Amino acid sequence: MSDLAIRTDGLTKRFRAQVAVDGIDLAVPRGSVFGFLGPNGSGKTTTIRMLLGLVGATAGTAQVLGTDMPKGLDDVLPRVGALVEGPAFAPFLSGAANLARFDAADRHAAPSTRARRVADALDRVGLSHAARKKAGAYSLGMKQRLGLANALLMPRDLLVLDEPTNGLDPQGTREVRSLIRSFAADGTTVFVSSHLLAEVEQLCTHVGVMSAGRLVAQGTLEEFHRSGESRVEVVTPDPEAALAVLSRLGLATDAAASVERAADATASGGSGDALVTAALPGDRNHALPDGPADDPALGPALGLRDGPAPVDRDPDGPAAEAIVAALVRDGVRVRGFAIRRTSLEQRFVELTGEGFDVVA
Amino acid sequence: MSSPEPAAGVGAVGLGAANGHGGTAAAAPDPARPRGGGLASLLASETATLFRRWRTWAMLAALALIPILIAIAIRVAGPSSPGRGPAFLDQVAGNGLFVGVTALVVATPLFLPLTIAVVSGDTIAGEASLGTLRYLLIAPAGRLRLLSVKYVVAAVFCAAAALTVIVVGTLIGWVLFPIGPVTLLSGGEISVGEGLLRLLAIGAYVAVSMLGLSAIGLFASTLTVVPVGAMAATAILAVVAQIIGAIPQLEWTHPFLFTDRWFDFADLLRSPPSWESFGDNAMLQAAWIAVFGGLAAWRFATRDILS
Repeated sequence: MSDLAIRTDGLTKRFRAQVAVDGIDLAVPRGSVFGFLGPNGSGKTTTIRMLLGLVGATAGTAQVLGTDMPKGLDDVLPRVGALVEGPAFAPFLSGAANLARFDAADRHAAPSTRARRVADALDRVGLSHAARKKAGAYSLGMKQRLGLANALLMPRDLLVLDEPTNGLDPQGTREVRSLIRSFAADGTTVFVSSHLLAEVEQLCTHVGVMSAGRLVAQGTLEEFHRSGESRVEVVTPDPEAALAVLSRLGLATDAAASVERAADATASGGSGDALVTAALPGDRNHALPDGPADDPALGPALGLRDGPAPVDRDPDGPAAEAIVAALVRDGVRVRGFAIRRTSLEQRFVELTGEGFDVVA
Repeated sequence: MSSPEPAAGVGAVGLGAANGHGGTAAAAPDPARPRGGGLASLLASETATLFRRWRTWAMLAALALIPILIAIAIRVAGPSSPGRGPAFLDQVAGNGLFVGVTALVVATPLFLPLTIAVVSGDTIAGEASLGTLRYLLIAPAGRLRLLSVKYVVAAVFCAAAALTVIVVGTLIGWVLFPIGPVTLLSGGEISVGEGLLRLLAIGAYVAVSMLGLSAIGLFASTLTVVPVGAMAATAILAVVAQIIGAIPQLEWTHPFLFTDRWFDFADLLRSPPSWESFGDNAMLQAAWIAVFGGLAAWRFATRDILS
């Protein structure tokens, strides 16, 4: 059995002239909480529809739970719970009747346990009190919960949740978040598409980013963060000395930018302190199959030449305490020190571009 | 990095999910896991869905109004003379059992096909427009399985519609007119009991007559996500077929029209009843079901579900 819950190879969907999904190679490990990110119109939902057999692929293959889709659809889908592009219900039926109806459509779902499973699912999303109410009278948030309840009618190996917190109030969002955590704790793989980056940052173990139909990045959340630039900030009255030390440590110091910013800081602060910044060497290629390669000079240069005892060496470059020690040893008066990591949002914008230019 | 969410446990409690893993896992694979529901389960569920819909009952109520109107009109204004008005109308005042048949004759050209068009045109397009189609398919209902179930549900409505007219017609006829042995077209006479059976046979004939149209509606419904479009197209076809059937110059097409035998149920009022036209009509409808059911299956099996 494959250790990937979802795997696609060159999955492509073309609608007439438009390429909605352009040869993506997704790899979603079993047991992960995979955040599927991308701006509106980047092909997330079309990908999900292909994975669930609603839309046929123009090219490429998709495997869900180790089975080819859409060929193995009847065997795979009972083990998959999904919320696709918002919940949808017959407005003239009650919430419970709607769930029972979808359950009846699943030939693997036993009629004898239907009522109980519907009640359990409603209870799990906190809708028991509204079970007999017509779905048409539900609020947006209640419909969203009902949609989640539908995904929970049977024990699932994989949950595909498209924008699960859409329309939910902060309490509802928190509940959905803890719900997703409880699935993950059960060993269920959760594939969650979202554009709420804070959401993803809190929930996910893995991240994939779509842009204009392409999968522009994919990896663990950790790799993803690391692929972004981390910057060292030093507040000191000795900017030149600090710069020298930092560049000797292999940090990318852009002299012009750093000096200029130092001048700004001097002017505004008036205390004689300057802000010196330098980029820690990151390994972007880790999570960026299509990304530009870093300057190779940065890689081997990292580390301390004459540092004290062996320091934790990780791909992020020299450890923070080692940098401070080196600065102090060289007589730099360190008045402030920080390492700033790129937020997921910054990385997201770097990868997918700014503004509203949706690629048509 | 944002701060870690501190209250995962609190959230879970707030959800009332104190049963922890329970919830869905309640149905976790146990050795004696009950078997899933088959086709019958889905069919029962979809039929119940149709009849839980206010619209369905409104259409049946409108159909029921036809015999009621006919009966009251004749009761108030007196019997009509033979040869005027719809077939069997002149018989009603003498025998209340004819109300239902007369009402079917009145409803068959337009009103009945209209309700059939609404139900059959809604089958797939209605689910698509609600968005429930994608959830039925990922349940997974199976595309051909869902399509067949939807068609059977539409056929159930055909039977319900014809039965409504017959039953309401008979009841109102019983209330407002004398009921007695039925004099048949061939001159013989049958008892009230057998008369009722013949009425049911006529109801069945009309229901079967609508099956071809239902198949057309099913196909139209797979072509669009706008149910009103599929309904209108189906209703228009029913009218067009009858217009073509009324043009003698197009006589060569007539045997192929699904409307061609819609009014041949009078044969069931002969003694002994002639089932030949019933069989011919069934064959004709079966041919239309085969063609349009096949087209619907071909279309729906591969269609991208984007709604």
